[in-house]
Amino acid sequence: MQARIYVTLKQGVLDPQGEAVRHALGAMGFDGVHGVRQGKLLDVELDAASRDEAEARLREMCEKLLANTVIEDFRVELL
Amino acid sequence: MKTAVIVFPGSNCDRDMAVALEQATGRKPQMVWHKDAALPQGLDLVAIPGGFSFGDYLRCGAIAAQAPVMRAVVAFANRGGHVLGVCNGFQVLIEAGLLPGALMRNAGLTFVCRDVTLEVATADSVFTSAYARGQALTVPVAHHDGNYVADAALLERLRGEDRIAFTYRDNPNGSTADIAGVLSGNRRVLGMMPHPERAVDPVLGGTDGTALFDSIAAAARIGA
Repeated sequence: MQARIYVTLKQGVLDPQGEAVRHALGAMGFDGVHGVRQGKLLDVELDAASRDEAEARLREMCEKLLANTVIEDFRVELL
Repeated sequence: MKTAVIVFPGSNCDRDMAVALEQATGRKPQMVWHKDAALPQGLDLVAIPGGFSFGDYLRCGAIAAQAPVMRAVVAFANRGGHVLGVCNGFQVLIEAGLLPGALMRNAGLTFVCRDVTLEVATADSVFTSAYARGQALTVPVAHHDGNYVADAALLERLRGEDRIAFTYRDNPNGSTADIAGVLSGNRRVLGMMPHPERAVDPVLGGTDGTALFDSIAAAARIGA
């Protein structure tokens, strides 16, 4: 099974990298960019008997390793 | 006093840590490879050194926190063992769940490598007992991800329980409340971004880190 996981900073957590990207875009002349938040995308290929099982295992992977849930949110998408 | 230093692929302050521990305790620490599933018997302290374990992949310290030896380190800490994590070691301890909060990219986005002035925020721990509260120390930092993040509730808890060990005088990385090092709830696990093991000999540029290792050695002598 194929899955895609998005890991993003929680709202309210300052994202210095996203801010730097936003500044760079402004400096390049891309006007009207009010915010940039940087995150991670992980494509995962896994064995699973069902979509429910796959999603449950992926969520566990996110909680235990792929995301730092103190500062990050994650979203699991089965493709 | 029996100590051990954990070595991951990418650790680069493991030998500095060993020198600092040997200098204070008179005994060479055992170097423990990350694939070992057990720690040596009878340890008084486990140190997790600085470096770039596993290339800082995914998040700093995240992969190292899942290494076989870390299960043993977590069990050791849960039994009341003393654990010191410096720089990447601090990141590993947070990722392993032994210390609260998170360490993010420095607010200025650059790698910061210089001496900083720290203030001892509590002398009430086996790591800081040889210092005086409020004492200023000069110790080097060398990190890209040392921006300690604590939400309001955590900060209140850390302050209320006197668990902030060190603060920066001139915050180099954007850390919440200038926090440079924190203690666990039982005060036996310390994580800090600055490198006390790089300040234990005049040849290194200073000796303000020596008292941290002397504190640990003194605590072991009296069986604290």
